Amino acid sequence: MHVFRDRKSLLMLFGLPIVQIVLFGFALTNEIKNSKIAVLDYSKDNVTRAITHEIEASRYFEIAINATNKNEIEETFKKNKIKSAIIFPSDFENKLYHLHKARVQIIADASDPNTATTLVNYLTSIIQNYWKEKISTAAVPLQIIPEVRMLYNPELKSAQNFVPGVIALVLMLVCVMMTSISIVREKELGTMEVLLVSPFKPILVILSKAVPYLALSLVNLIVILVLSVYALGLPINGSIVLLFAVSMLYIITALSLGLLISTSTASQQTAMLLSLMGMLLPTILFAGFMFPIENMPLPLKIFSNVVPAKWFYIIVKSIMIKGLGIESIWKETLILLVMTLLLLILSLKKFKVRLA
Amino acid sequence: MRETVISTNQLTKQFGDFIATNKITFEVYKGEIFGFLGANGAGKTTAMRMLCGLSKPSSGHATVAGFDVNTQPEEIKKNIGYMSQKFSLYEDLTITENIEFFGGIYGLTNKQIAEKSKDLIERLGLVKAKDQLVGSLPLGWKQKLSFSIAILHQPKVVFLDEPTGGVDPVTRRQFWDMLYQATENGITVFVTTHYMDEAEYCNRVSIMVDGKIEALDSPDGLKKQFNANSMDEVFYQLARSAKRSDN
Amino acid sequence: MNYAVEVENIRKTYTSEIGTTHALQDISFAVNSGELFGLIGPDGAGKTSLFRILTTVLLADGGKATVNGFDVVNKYREIRSCVGYMPGKFSLYQDLTVEENLNFFATLFGTTLEANYELVKDIYIQIEPFKKRRAGKLSGGMKQKLALCCALIHKPAVLFLDEPTTGVDPVSRKEFWEMLKRLKQQGITILVSTPYMDEATLCDRIALIQHGTILSIDTPQKIIASFPHPLYAIKSPEIYRLLKDIHAYENTLSCYAFGEYLHLIFKEENHNDELLHFLTNKNHEQVVLKPIEASIEDCFIELLK
Repeated sequence: MHVFRDRKSLLMLFGLPIVQIVLFGFALTNEIKNSKIAVLDYSKDNVTRAITHEIEASRYFEIAINATNKNEIEETFKKNKIKSAIIFPSDFENKLYHLHKARVQIIADASDPNTATTLVNYLTSIIQNYWKEKISTAAVPLQIIPEVRMLYNPELKSAQNFVPGVIALVLMLVCVMMTSISIVREKELGTMEVLLVSPFKPILVILSKAVPYLALSLVNLIVILVLSVYALGLPINGSIVLLFAVSMLYIITALSLGLLISTSTASQQTAMLLSLMGMLLPTILFAGFMFPIENMPLPLKIFSNVVPAKWFYIIVKSIMIKGLGIESIWKETLILLVMTLLLLILSLKKFKVRLA
Repeated sequence: MRETVISTNQLTKQFGDFIATNKITFEVYKGEIFGFLGANGAGKTTAMRMLCGLSKPSSGHATVAGFDVNTQPEEIKKNIGYMSQKFSLYEDLTITENIEFFGGIYGLTNKQIAEKSKDLIERLGLVKAKDQLVGSLPLGWKQKLSFSIAILHQPKVVFLDEPTGGVDPVTRRQFWDMLYQATENGITVFVTTHYMDEAEYCNRVSIMVDGKIEALDSPDGLKKQFNANSMDEVFYQLARSAKRSDN
Repeated sequence: MNYAVEVENIRKTYTSEIGTTHALQDISFAVNSGELFGLIGPDGAGKTSLFRILTTVLLADGGKATVNGFDVVNKYREIRSCVGYMPGKFSLYQDLTVEENLNFFATLFGTTLEANYELVKDIYIQIEPFKKRRAGKLSGGMKQKLALCCALIHKPAVLFLDEPTTGVDPVSRKEFWEMLKRLKQQGITILVSTPYMDEATLCDRIALIQHGTILSIDTPQKIIASFPHPLYAIKSPEIYRLLKDIHAYENTLSCYAFGEYLHLIFKEENHNDELLHFLTNKNHEQVVLKPIEASIEDCFIELLK
């Protein structure tokens, strides 16, 4: 009976499965819709135009740009604006009818190997389908040969995808949960009361709690990186210094989140539950390494923007896998920085110099 | 010859090298209020847990309400009531709901529960408050209610672990009145307390020091034995010699 | 005269799902410098709320208070560096050793154990043999002493002790009060709260507090002297039956158990013989009746009526 009196737990108990069913059932699918693609057409003939039209008409793709040269395509990949590209060489139609075969180049961002493979499959089947319709009218068997290039990750290793995800997750877990629990424990034990009634500044209490976890998280990060380089053979293509700098930023974000949780909870249990439910779940769901964000319905897409892990995940992938520099990730870093500052200010403001 | 309700023989509990309760032997008779005193860490709580069937003795024997603590702990639990200072009732249930819940646990029928709960609420003067959450009651009322619920199923013995800590002096006395009433109904009361004046209210008192029972008699008998004016002095003389204090 | 603590119309109300609690209702009092002042009252009387307000960790809903001349709201920083506070719950780091705890608190207050060693010497030598032991493994009495040591380490001007003896056995309690007496001689003002009425007489002045209001405030002697009725103690071998019969006696104003005796107040004086006669008729034997002086607990019971 007293189970039912506890409204908060009940809400959690019934609310959680509902939210999860809705999320997993409808919002989070591995199917890809409206993936951004770049088209580079050197031929601009009837066939290439028809195929481009087919791609545009398909629900899987959305043409982000019509590029004019290869450099442009590379640039757009670096800016994370597209997931795939298709390049028609010049004289496509001519070659097709006279040589009975023509090549088309497909490039996919394989830092997420699953998505990349799916995209390539979609593209080839679009071309094949188009061609099957045509072929019945043609006299000789004609062939379009797709040449696939997997960008960043030619061997399609899945480690490329999950290592940045694990980093985002572990740092979040350690920092948020540990900070919030350790501060709340002081409250429970009553030691916080004594700390408050001392000339010690509250800000120092927080700092002394946060610094050890910052250090621990960095050690964690190093362990993960060493493991992925030596055990999984994953290279770190970009600057390690940059990687650590951004990780520090992310850790501080997580620490201030933990602090925020600790200021608004009174028991270790609540703090634990809140960090698990409130932080871990969104991180797994919305960071983008389990479920591509592009496929989510608009409300969830918008929501994913407030999940710090999403931005961190993009940054880590860019640095580690793609070997990109700060010039390609300054936007994400800036977003993370603003988030951190906001959280930090909020949690410091909420941290009371008194008990209630 | 008085009927014995609790009887222990060389009852011992050891945690590693530490002997919490060291060969204690005593008897408690039906209908008496037995005060179980001792300094912090003398081994009171450990002994009480064994008698309630919550922990198994390392050696020695004890029977409570006719059942053996070694072999029949479940039977014991059905025949005793227990109340501690810290937890006894569900704070987020109303008074009536608490009575129904605990009545149900001890296997009372719905009819019995309805009768008893009406009777109990009237006796405690809680008619107006019966649908209030227990958490909103003052501490003294909670303790009185909690005791009434502990004896709802007419147990042979009721164990009380510091039931009056922090309760105001008037309510403390009302609480002891309830204990006397319960003994008149044949319930045996086994109680620990830090208030030495309450030790005087007991029929017999035992004082534990370092895991052993060092003295056991009526308050008057103890005062004569130790040539003291009050139980406070008796306790002080005994506990001062303690080597260890608590866990 | 400078007061160490001055409280004026302090008010605190808690509102929760289960209702509104008036923890403190317009409380006013002052504590002199160097005084051992006791707040005596049961759980829920408002003692802890008051202590928290005075140690600046809680804000009052109304009223004013100063500690050592500093306002508890605006000058909380100054107060925090000149008071020692021992909350009701054991407030040390369980997984640090005795020594580490002491050093931690010393650092916290920007001092060392050696700097104020004189002050804590008495207490420290009792716990010194255990200094390598973790605080969580100490006995109740030892924990109490360690907590007191930590609260004293920076030589505070005012010491707040919230129920330091609750749940502690009578022997340790007695030792604890002896330590407080010695501290008082060193000129530290001490505010202590306790639910044990018998500890009241050990204070210079006391405030009896219940339901967030002060029932009486004075020296224990004066409070006892102001007890309004002649008080008698009575006993017989059948004490519970005696209590019931005395309640039935028409000239009884009040009668309650008190240790081995019952304490009795008559409606009108000079009915002793009549009562004894009444009791003899009820088959009571070996009845002892004698006039006694009231105790603080009697006064508290009287004030609660």
